[in-house]
Amino acid sequence: MNKNDVIICRCEDVSLQDLLDVLEEGYTTMEDVKRILRIGMGACQGNTCGLLVQREIAKFLQIPMSEVKPQKVRPLVSGVKLKSIVENAKHES
Amino acid sequence: MKANIVIIGGGISGVSIAYNLAKKGVKDIVVFDDNYMTGGATGRCGAGVRQQWGTLMNCKLAKMSIDFFEHAQDTLEYHRDVEFKQEGYLIVATTQEEDAQFTKNVELQNSVGIPAKKLTKEEALKIVPHLNPDIIISATFCHTDGHLNPFLMTDAYFNAAKKLGVQFFYREKVLDIVVENNQIQKVITEHREVLTNQVVNAAGGYSREVGLLAGIDIPVYSENHEILVTEPVEKIQGPMVISFSKNIYCQQVPHGSFIMGRSNPLVAHDHDTRSTHQFLDEMSKTATTLLPPLGNLRVVRQWGGSYNLSPDRQPIISGTKELPGFYMACGFSGHGFMFAPVTGLLLSEIILQQPLSIDITDLYIDRFKNQGETAYETSVV
Repeated sequence: MNKNDVIICRCEDVSLQDLLDVLEEGYTTMEDVKRILRIGMGACQGNTCGLLVQREIAKFLQIPMSEVKPQKVRPLVSGVKLKSIVENAKHES
Repeated sequence: MKANIVIIGGGISGVSIAYNLAKKGVKDIVVFDDNYMTGGATGRCGAGVRQQWGTLMNCKLAKMSIDFFEHAQDTLEYHRDVEFKQEGYLIVATTQEEDAQFTKNVELQNSVGIPAKKLTKEEALKIVPHLNPDIIISATFCHTDGHLNPFLMTDAYFNAAKKLGVQFFYREKVLDIVVENNQIQKVITEHREVLTNQVVNAAGGYSREVGLLAGIDIPVYSENHEILVTEPVEKIQGPMVISFSKNIYCQQVPHGSFIMGRSNPLVAHDHDTRSTHQFLDEMSKTATTLLPPLGNLRVVRQWGGSYNLSPDRQPIISGTKELPGFYMACGFSGHGFMFAPVTGLLLSEIILQQPLSIDITDLYIDRFKNQGETAYETSVV
């Protein structure tokens, strides 16, 4: 299958070929490819693409997947509307 | 190994300094950074670039930096899009004091060729129609201010510097700077010793600590500034919107998401960069008050990063009288990303003892010895 047609990151529309190109350039950690390609910065925050990217990095570097450090997990767990946060902040005070 | 110059810090300032030195023909430049590229303050910043400042020095630095950004893509021959967008900064006044101060600021900005304008409330609402009209009194606007992708801008400098022969070592921490007989002898990292007589401190949040490695006491400290990003939506806002009195900056980036941040006046002076729910609460309240329709946007991520603050909130771009060969670019007080082009240019001129493109003696570290005589920058969120 054409690697341009394989989507690795659905939120940010990044193909397998995009990822392989960046790996070839020398960016071979989750944190680096995230910042160049936006992989893991979309609505899923890496929950969907994270393992796929980890696997591709492991294949590229020929190391076990367990040695590829996952990206830093940041809040929020899922998207919350700003106005919902305002409403609930009011209930607390 | 040997090096002509060791640069500590591979964020936007470090890569710009490396590029400018290499372009002027300096060989054997080595850059160390203890994290991944843009793992420090650069990759955590708000991605805005502006020229609307309250001190003459900051205005001059900013103007020259924007002039560079306008051609950065071509100048650095970068193969990705650095996402430079010039749709302005709209700085809103919500008090009479701000309104009066902004009139003076615009005069200062105009005096060095920055095309900022004072706007009425009605004019401001034409540019950003979803602003809450009950809060603002007036505004200032500069249409050549804008947005730039911090990761890719750093990568662009990194690639250009690498092509000129600069060696980069990310994820390699500098442990010590050895000084003997008032001369730098070597830099010791986790993995090697580098013989060198010249060191540049571009360590952002850790520049005080790096100064102390060489015995230089730099009067800066770091504090956590938090920030969040929403889901991407269709374009509704061109410029960055700032209010100093309401404590907010907020822009829609080309990708479609909104990035917004505010400061916490009670935050500790340390290297914390964690996220708090208090920030989320306060940021949401401020954003939905000033820009009500943003309430419908989902927050997808929040993070924090270090501001490195100087006593007058202006950068320190300087050599040192105490230790020849030790240079620094630090204390940017939240604005190192947007000043990077001129930081690299000016520090390379200082190091090579060339005539300065801008007279920046007011930004040398000596200024803090004459207490109370420096211009204080108030236009900071």
